[in-house]
Amino acid sequence: MADTQTNAGNGTQIPVTVLTGYLGAGKTTLLNRILSENHGKRYAVIVNEFGEIGIDNDLIVESDEEIYEMNNGCICCTVRGDLIRTVEGLMRRPGRFDAILVETTGLADPVPVAQTFFMDDDVRAKTRLDAVVALVDAKHLPLRLKDSREAEDQIAFADVIVLNKTDLVTPEELSKVEGLIRAINPTARIHKTSRSAVDLSAVLDRGAFDLKRALETDPHFLDADDDHDHDHGHDHHHHHASDIHDVTVNSISLRAGEMDPKKFFPWIEKITQAEGPNILRLKGIIALKGDDERYVVQGVHMIIEGDHQRPWKDGEKRESRLVFIGRNLDAERLKRTFEACQA
Amino acid sequence: MPTVAPFDLAGHCVAAAFLDGVPHFALADGAVHRLDHGAKSVTVHDGLLCAAPTWDGMALVTGGEDGKVALTRPDGSTQTLAEVPRKWVTSVATGPQGAVAYASGRTAYVRFADGKVKSYDHPRSVEGLAFAPKGMRIAVARYNGATLHFPAAEGKPADLEWAGAHNGITFSPDGNFLVTTMQENALHGWKLADGKHMRMTGYPAKVKSWSWSPKGKWLATSGAPAAIVWPFSAKDGPMGKAPVELGTRGNTMVTAVACHPRDEIVAIGYADGMILAGRIADLKEVVLRRGGKSAITSMAWDAAGIRLAFGSEEGDCGVVDISA
Repeated sequence: MADTQTNAGNGTQIPVTVLTGYLGAGKTTLLNRILSENHGKRYAVIVNEFGEIGIDNDLIVESDEEIYEMNNGCICCTVRGDLIRTVEGLMRRPGRFDAILVETTGLADPVPVAQTFFMDDDVRAKTRLDAVVALVDAKHLPLRLKDSREAEDQIAFADVIVLNKTDLVTPEELSKVEGLIRAINPTARIHKTSRSAVDLSAVLDRGAFDLKRALETDPHFLDADDDHDHDHGHDHHHHHASDIHDVTVNSISLRAGEMDPKKFFPWIEKITQAEGPNILRLKGIIALKGDDERYVVQGVHMIIEGDHQRPWKDGEKRESRLVFIGRNLDAERLKRTFEACQA
Repeated sequence: MPTVAPFDLAGHCVAAAFLDGVPHFALADGAVHRLDHGAKSVTVHDGLLCAAPTWDGMALVTGGEDGKVALTRPDGSTQTLAEVPRKWVTSVATGPQGAVAYASGRTAYVRFADGKVKSYDHPRSVEGLAFAPKGMRIAVARYNGATLHFPAAEGKPADLEWAGAHNGITFSPDGNFLVTTMQENALHGWKLADGKHMRMTGYPAKVKSWSWSPKGKWLATSGAPAAIVWPFSAKDGPMGKAPVELGTRGNTMVTAVACHPRDEIVAIGYADGMILAGRIADLKEVVLRRGGKSAITSMAWDAAGIRLAFGSEEGDCGVVDISA
């Protein structure tokens, strides 16, 4: 199912943070901090198991992970049925909490969690996905990537990555791990820390999933590549999965000039229809011919959303940028067809 | 002219029901309010998730975020029937001979009147529960279908398969059909005698409210700008037949339905708080309530079909009297 929707974003939607991370990455420690520290926000927390959460709080809800395939003929449209029910229950008593945090199991696929916030109308009306945060164990990541596709998916899918346990590795190892993460996901914010001691404001209420807001708070978002790849106009580059052993996800960053909306929209619909199962995330800022505002698009598999962000500033270069993170994506074809949409 | 007696409460009304002729309103915060010579209330749960009146209409069974299954009587007395520690009780159903079914996570439980409890584990979450109108039989709505259990016997459960996530579940009053509401804006039905499938699709929104007309001739549902009323009087139910669309409005959605206990009339509640009564035979409509602060979440008629209790998302509840 391809679905171009306009984000209904309004102030009454409760922000939802999704916390992913492999077993032993430090999720419980971070969760306990979020629940106990005075950060001015009350969280309702949905966990798979109470486990080691040492805090008694009636806003912690245990929920059995239920992945439901949508019966719409689209194999990659999945939702978390338990989240639909739990969020619906929580939202019947608003005022008790300011935000919702969803903790996933170490092996969880973050996609159904995120898609729940797009696919279910009731959930969508009352909540908005704030950020997908992945906790990564600096010491064990290389090993994890060898034996688990989930670990890679969690990184690929994240908006914010907390690179934890940095005290257990040498600076060289740390830099290698960072390189691995960047190869999988060039757009996520990375915070390095140990003992999950990351500043909570870096994790909570980020608006990172909402690309529009992410761009407001971080104007250089999607520019990350420019640090080591100076602007060459219509340049594009991509990280090949094959460059690094054990990494199967690749990202493709595309750049072009102004787009013809009559070509661009059918193109992105077609690409997400055809390549949806291979696309984990898609983010972009599009300059549309004859449009005074920047257009932002984002997607998860076959679901894409687009909206105007703000007017182009005087002197701002009107270029279109689009990043795909996924598997088996044909970079040459994407580049060629993307560029063919130019006005 | 129908008259509306408003009853303003604070919070989401999960269920409106008449117990022994007294209108009750179960709110999500765990309080059950009633209008019995003035407003009265009792706190039953810390967070109430689901409710169902008992078959004799003398008590309300509720399940909560506190893991409790409770019974509330019209005199305000309450009793804890069962407890699932630290879990949410997400659905309850009432049955014959005082039996109660409840669900938490992937387990369905049946509690008999004598307090004995049987449990049924499932591979996936139990989304909805219903007792059959006759015999000791419960149906569980689950991912990819429904499962029938026979709590009075030690028999094997019977599985009815249909791909997709099934949320709510109901038997037709004659026990011939089992119908589920689905995650994807549709109903699915099985004719129990031969397992024949019935697909009822075309809804723009999820179906969250349903109600059988007297003798089960019609099934009224929410999930569209009109009440969608499926004919069930033929031997194959609604197969090959179009539903009746009752109370169509262009700009809002039906959020709750309640069939009149005697006549083929449906009370239709909308997202803007309006309530209409629509007659199936000639599609005639009467306004029962012009509108309100929020969507109608639940409605129930009294046994005589004279008063209609309604609850809403933000607590602007009340009782409509159609006798005047």
